[in-house]
Amino acid sequence: MNVVISGLGIVAPTGIGIEEHWQSVLGGKSGLGRITRFDPSGYPVTVGGEVSGFEAKGRLPNRIIPQTDRWTHLALAATEAAFADAGVDPADYPEYETAVVTSSSSGGTEFGQGEMQRLYESGPSWVGAYQSIAWFYAATTGQISIRHGMRGPCGVICGEQAGGLDAIGQTRRLLRGSSKLVVTGGTDGSLCPYGVVAQLANGFLSTVDDPATAYLPFDTEAAGYVPGEGGAILVAERADLARSRGAGDGYGTVAGYAAGFDQSARGRPPVLASTIRRALADARLAPSDVDVVFADAAADPELDRIEAAAITEVFGPHGVPVTAPKTLTGRLYGGGAALDVATALLAMGEGVIPHTCGPTELAPGCDIDLVLGEPRVRELRTALVVARGYGGFTAAVVLTR
Amino acid sequence: MSRRAVITGIGVVAPGGIGTTAFWELLTAGRTATRTISLFDPARFRSRIAAEVDFDPRAAGLGAQEVRRMDRAAQFAVVCAREAIAGSGLELSTVDPGRIGVSVGSAVGCTMGLEEEYAVLSNGGRDWLIDHTYAVPHLYGYMVPSTLAVEVAWEAAAEGPVTLISTGCTSGLDSMGYGAQLIEEGSADVVIAGATDAPLSPITSACFDAIKATSPNNGDPEHASRPFDATRDGFVLGEGAAIMVLEEAESARRRGAHIYAEIVGYASRSNAFHMTGLKPDGREMAEAIRVALDQAHLDPSDVDYINAHGSGTKQNDRHETAAFKRSLGNRAYEVPVSSIKSMVGHSLGAIGSIEVAACALALDRQVVPPTANLHNADPECDLDYVPLHARDHAMDVVLSVGSGFGGFQSAMLLASGDRGST
Repeated sequence: MNVVISGLGIVAPTGIGIEEHWQSVLGGKSGLGRITRFDPSGYPVTVGGEVSGFEAKGRLPNRIIPQTDRWTHLALAATEAAFADAGVDPADYPEYETAVVTSSSSGGTEFGQGEMQRLYESGPSWVGAYQSIAWFYAATTGQISIRHGMRGPCGVICGEQAGGLDAIGQTRRLLRGSSKLVVTGGTDGSLCPYGVVAQLANGFLSTVDDPATAYLPFDTEAAGYVPGEGGAILVAERADLARSRGAGDGYGTVAGYAAGFDQSARGRPPVLASTIRRALADARLAPSDVDVVFADAAADPELDRIEAAAITEVFGPHGVPVTAPKTLTGRLYGGGAALDVATALLAMGEGVIPHTCGPTELAPGCDIDLVLGEPRVRELRTALVVARGYGGFTAAVVLTR
Repeated sequence: MSRRAVITGIGVVAPGGIGTTAFWELLTAGRTATRTISLFDPARFRSRIAAEVDFDPRAAGLGAQEVRRMDRAAQFAVVCAREAIAGSGLELSTVDPGRIGVSVGSAVGCTMGLEEEYAVLSNGGRDWLIDHTYAVPHLYGYMVPSTLAVEVAWEAAAEGPVTLISTGCTSGLDSMGYGAQLIEEGSADVVIAGATDAPLSPITSACFDAIKATSPNNGDPEHASRPFDATRDGFVLGEGAAIMVLEEAESARRRGAHIYAEIVGYASRSNAFHMTGLKPDGREMAEAIRVALDQAHLDPSDVDYINAHGSGTKQNDRHETAAFKRSLGNRAYEVPVSSIKSMVGHSLGAIGSIEVAACALALDRQVVPPTANLHNADPECDLDYVPLHARDHAMDVVLSVGSGFGGFQSAMLLASGDRGST
């Protein structure tokens, strides 16, 4: 049974809403800048991708705002937008046939930092009641389920930056079972001091101060990535039901998915190429059917080389256009792969490959056709989205139109 | 022939002892492992009790670098994975690494590591702009709970699908369900599945104090976790892990593996009602149980034992008693129901897998673990909760359920290992 994506809710550094995001992507308008959510001057990392202009107040019921972290605020707003975009209301479905599966990488970090500060500065009785429901990784899925009355098999997948694709894979399983409508995707938002310091510890963050050159995947100057916040929430449904309600095939079909785990840091061969091949086999498509690849684009020289080698192994040198619009947002962790899927679906709809802003000179060993300079117009029937998460998570999704 | 997942190896780290043998001995003796918290000074907290694991990571087999790198929850998981893999008799090196998956559940990830580091970096909570120069290199690993799945994947040399499931207190059932699904759909032939949590830290105690969810029975910790008892007054926090080896049933039988149990049904539903509150009718849990029975092609009359969520809060025990009656009808009154949280406490996401391990052992040994501390009947909880003493009981099919924050309700059915071979 086919599964289609019929609604998009975008809250990203590139914009709030489909239109603003897509115009930024096509125009190469970066959402990266000096971090404003706290004073970053004492830290090695000063550049981030903030969803500027996003205030929960006015977008969400007042009651829910103090009960939840910003990561959940972003997701709740995106969910509402995604339902409006899809033109569906979960209340119209049988009660156990709608579900929520989100990806989360680090939970409500900013909320947690605030409550830990109260605990250590003032004592246990100062910790608020909402710490128990705001910080943990399931908060966003739970709040979406409650707000929209979705009673089916809900889930939360943590796979760092790859989790968004695994959530889509799980969504497809649910829709092949008894679920008819599933909210998926994800957001993250850890641009608070503890969040950024913890991210800094992974050794992959860029310490370049200039937003224009801080995040340069596949480039000779690649020196790490920029952290961001936000992501995308997607409405997925069974293709037959989408058609019967007049939604056609929505933005596109989730035609293939595969996941693997990379142990190359421990001396094993990388698994990215085989994961891509399995996703294509799952979609019953050949490499030659793929019109564009949305890359993971870690901007770590070794990880870039591994990704470029995998793409070259499957598609041949310069065998397929590759792009990484995430240079405009930074890496969004639990929200990153979901936003890439949303952007890929928009690109397929418009017949244009967004370019990758930032890189100018590909590093040796990166024999890929990275789309640079300006968007490339071309009919896109099949897109491949790949994602990798810290530690070895590897996933690929094939989208068709 | 459809693919099924069977449990061929079990590893447990639970309060009261390290390893499956100590765990089963505690449960069948009806002994409780709840006590005054020793992991930190609990003096300023409302609830000062917990079920703690006496855990020396070096004695449990971890190397010095592993101990330095891993949060306590990761240490539990890796020790369990080693026991499960060794006990399964499966030589993992003979399996294609791409066909080995991992599914680990955790409600709160590496809380202890995150909090300990926070306390240092923030200068004891004084600085919002914390000092990054004091950060340990493993801090990012504490921030992302997926680290727990990474550590198990390294241990198992897995290159197939690896996932961390974090659905609060149903994480341990949901991760087992996810792992079984990977085998059923053909994405993996072996899945190392289970859950781990090590939440016994000041921030956890403070947040449960704030909502008065945990028992304040500080004067009598051994008897504080009292599921289904009329005098129950909240759950007692615990910690621990259980990791199991799941294999595709036919290949496990071909190699002559000892099969503890087969996972024959799993479903989850959400109440979409409240992040922490439960309606007394148990509707959504009942629905999860019904769907799991459907999947297994079983009737309520086939269920021989229910391992309850039985957290010992007023609302939970009433809620799930209603759910059992709603889904199983009269059978609810006929089958033994028990809660091992009376003995090992409530280890949040981990407990779901620890309870699956208890169910697999119960099937294997044909013994039902008891509900400790159950002395005073609650008129609203009127089933057979197996008070105080373990019971010999013939079982082919057992049900384990979980309920958690976010409104999630999960149910899993296990059947005897020899069931599928006939």
